[in-house]
Amino acid sequence: MNKKIVSCVALLALSLSCLMVSPAFAGKADDTLVVAWPKEVPNIDAYFSDIIREGVVLNYYIWDTLVYRDPKTNKYVPLLATSWKYENPTTIDFDLRHDVKFQNGQPFTADDVVYTINWAINPDSHVALPSYVDWIAKAEKLGKYKVRIITKHPFPPALEFLADVIPIYPHEYHAKVGPQGFALHPIGTGPYKVTKVIPGKEVDLAKNDAYFSGSPKGKPHIGKIVMRVIPDKSTQIADLISGQVDWIYQVPIDQAEKLKTIPNVTVKTAGAFRFGYLTMDAAGRSGKDNPFTKLKVRQAVAYAIDRQAIVNSLVKGVSKVINSACSPMQVGCTEDVTKYHYDPAKAKKLLAEAGYPHGFTTEFYAYRQPEYAQAMMGYLSAVGINTKFQQLQYSALRDKIRSGKVPFAFMTWGSNSIGDISASTSAFFEGEADDMARDPKVEALLKQADGTVDKTKRAALYKQALERIAQQAYWVPLFTYSINYAFSKDLDWTPTNDEVFRLFQAKWK
Amino acid sequence: MLAFAIRRVVLAAIVAFAVSIVGFGLLRLSGDPAIAMAGPSGTSADIAHIRHEYGFDKPLPVQYWNWMRRAVSGNLGDSYYFRMPVTTMLEQRLPITLTLGVCALLFALVLSLPLGVLAALRPNSWMDRVALTLSVVGQALPSFWFGLMLIVLLGVMFPILPPSGSGSWQHFVMPTIVLGYYATPAFMRLTRTGMLEVLQSDYIRTARAKGLPRWRVVLKHALRNAIIPVVSLAAVQFGFMLGGSIIVETVFGLGGAGYLAWESISRADFPTVQAIVLVYSGFYIVLTLLADLANAWLDPRMRG
Repeated sequence: MNKKIVSCVALLALSLSCLMVSPAFAGKADDTLVVAWPKEVPNIDAYFSDIIREGVVLNYYIWDTLVYRDPKTNKYVPLLATSWKYENPTTIDFDLRHDVKFQNGQPFTADDVVYTINWAINPDSHVALPSYVDWIAKAEKLGKYKVRIITKHPFPPALEFLADVIPIYPHEYHAKVGPQGFALHPIGTGPYKVTKVIPGKEVDLAKNDAYFSGSPKGKPHIGKIVMRVIPDKSTQIADLISGQVDWIYQVPIDQAEKLKTIPNVTVKTAGAFRFGYLTMDAAGRSGKDNPFTKLKVRQAVAYAIDRQAIVNSLVKGVSKVINSACSPMQVGCTEDVTKYHYDPAKAKKLLAEAGYPHGFTTEFYAYRQPEYAQAMMGYLSAVGINTKFQQLQYSALRDKIRSGKVPFAFMTWGSNSIGDISASTSAFFEGEADDMARDPKVEALLKQADGTVDKTKRAALYKQALERIAQQAYWVPLFTYSINYAFSKDLDWTPTNDEVFRLFQAKWK
Repeated sequence: MLAFAIRRVVLAAIVAFAVSIVGFGLLRLSGDPAIAMAGPSGTSADIAHIRHEYGFDKPLPVQYWNWMRRAVSGNLGDSYYFRMPVTTMLEQRLPITLTLGVCALLFALVLSLPLGVLAALRPNSWMDRVALTLSVVGQALPSFWFGLMLIVLLGVMFPILPPSGSGSWQHFVMPTIVLGYYATPAFMRLTRTGMLEVLQSDYIRTARAKGLPRWRVVLKHALRNAIIPVVSLAAVQFGFMLGGSIIVETVFGLGGAGYLAWESISRADFPTVQAIVLVYSGFYIVLTLLADLANAWLDPRMRG
C-alpha cells in the first residue's frame, strides 16, 4: 500500500512540474509584440537559418547588411556602407559608416566586414547554402572604414545578395565564441537584440535603443518582440482572436476573409516573390513518346487553362496572372513575351494537329495547393487531356523531377526573395538537374546574361531567353502568390511585397 | 522466474535492434535528405555538397553501421537542421512530452476507473450506456479535431485557457484532456469487463455474505483484482501516448519531442527522427518488458 502512495505522489509531483511561472501577456499594454511563427528556425545564426523564410527575416532584425533594398522602390540604399563603386566587373569597393556600434558596444569597422565574409566563404564554415556566398573570391580591408569585395566572376546581382543574405558579424566576439556560442548569444548591429532563445518555442527580442539613426530601417519603436512557434494555423488564429498573439501570417484566403469580420483584427494582403507554374517534360526524359515533347501539346496546355478565373476565384488577394518564367518583381524579368490567352477551342485544334485528336492521359504531380491543381485538371480534361493526379512531399517530388520521372507538374518557386531573375529563370533553364526543357539556346542566353554587368545588355539577353521559353511553352507560368497577414488592431504596420515582414518598423497605435 | 526474465530482456533487445533497422530503412525510402535539407531555394550544387558532406553518397549498410556504432556509445549524432547534438535537443524537449504523457495517463485513469466500476455495478443500466457512449465517442474523435474544438470553446469563446504554448500549467490542461480522453475507452472497457467477471466470483459472494459494506467489497476486494490487467495496459498506453502526442503537441504548439518528431520528418532530419524513434521505441519496449515481468511476478502461470 505504501508503495502505491509513493508512486502516486511521484506521479503527481511529475505532473505538477508543469507549474512554471511565465508571463503569457501580449500586446500594447506591456509593449510586447507576440508573433506566431509556423516554423522553428534551426539556429539564430543567419548563415545557418536562411534555408527558411523565418531565418531570412530574423536576420533583418538582429543584424545589418552592407546595403539595403528599399521595399517600396526596389532600389539599393546605403546601410552599413555609405557608398560603393565597381572598380571593375569583379571588384566592388565599399565605404563604411563611422558611427555604428554592435550591441555589445564594440565599434563597427572594416575588420568586421572582412572577417564575416571571409569566414562565410570558407568551406570549413559549412554555411547552409554555399551558393549564397560562393560567388565571392575574397574580402579585403582597404582602410579602417573601407573594404573591397572581389568576386570570382562578373556577378551582376552582387548587391542583391549583399542586401538579403550577408549580414555582418562582430569579428572579435564571433572569433572568440565560435559559431556555436554565437548561435546561443548572437550580437549584431540591428534594431533588435536577442534576449532569450528557447529551442522549439520562442525567440525573444528587445529594442536596441542605441540603433544608429540614419539607417533606412528606421529606429525601432516596440519594446519587445516575442516570436513564438505555433505550427498549426487554426491554433494561431485562435491565439490571435483571444489576444494571446498579436500577429500571424500566411493565413489562407478563406480564413483571412472570415478574420476581417473580427473587430480586434486587421487583415492586410501583400504580394510575394513566389509564383506558380506548370512544367512539362519537353526534353522527353520521362519517355520518348511523351506527348509534352511536342510543341503543339505544350501550347495546347497553355491555351486550355483559364488562369484569370483561377486567380479570381481561388488564389485571390493581390495575385496576378503571369506570362513569363520569373517573378515580375525581379530585376531582369519582363512580361513582354508571347502570351497564351484562354482558348479551349484552339487548344483542341493544336492537340489534333499534334496527333492527339482524342486527347491523351498523363500523370500530373503537385506538392501544394491541390485545389489549384484540381481546377487546372478540370480545364485540361475539357480539351481531352486526362490527368492522373499525385500529390507528393516537396523533397520527394523534386527528387522525382531531377531523376527525370515527371512528365507534368504544378510547381511553385519563391526565389528565396532574391530580387533578381538569376534566382528564378537561371535556376531552372541552365541544363541542371531541375531543367525539364534542356534547350541549349535558352541555356546559352541565360548563362551569357548571368555574367553580363551592363544592365541594358543583360536585360536584353534575359528577354530573349524568356521569349524563347514562352514561344516554346516549356512552362505555363500561372500567377504570383499573395500573403495574407492578420494582426491586432492596435498595431500600425504595413506589409511589403517581398515577404520580409519588417516588424521592427511597427508601432502601437 | 530468472530464466523467464532473461528471455524477455533478450527479446526486448532484439526488438529494439529490429526497430532501429526498420526505422533507418523507412527513412531512407522517404526521399533524398539532401534535397529536403537544402530547402526549396537550394541549387543542385548545394544539394551535391550536402550529400557528400553528410555521407549520403555512401552505401546504406555503411551509413547504418556508422550510425549504430555511435548510438551504442550514447552519441546519437548531430541534427542536420539544427546543427546541434540530438541528445541536447531531446534533453530540452522530452520533459514536455513526458509531462504531457503522465498527465494524460492520470487523466485517463481518473476518468475511466470510476466509470468502468459504475458501469459494471449496473450492467445495461443508463449509467452503463453513458459510459459506453463516452468511450465510443472517445475512440472515434480524431484528436486534432477535438483539440481544435476545445481551443475554440475554452480558448476563444470562453477564454479561460491559453490556446497554445507550454509556459504554465494552464497550457497543459487542454492537451491533457485531448490526449487522455483518447486512451480512456480502452481503460474503461477493461475495468468494466474485469469488474463484471470478478463480481461474479465466489470470494466476492463470501465477502458479501460476511456482511461487509458494499463499497468495501467493490473497492477493496473486487477492484484490486480487476485492476491488474489495467496496470499492464497502462504501461502500453503510455508508450502509445508518446506517439499520440505528436499530433497533440503540434495542435497546441507545445514544442516537445513529439513536435520535434513531426518537424524532423517533414524536413528529413534523419538523425533526429532516428533518435526519437529509438527513444520512443525504447520507452515502449521497457514499459512492456516491465509490465510482462510484473505480470509474471504476480501470476506464476504467465512465466511459461
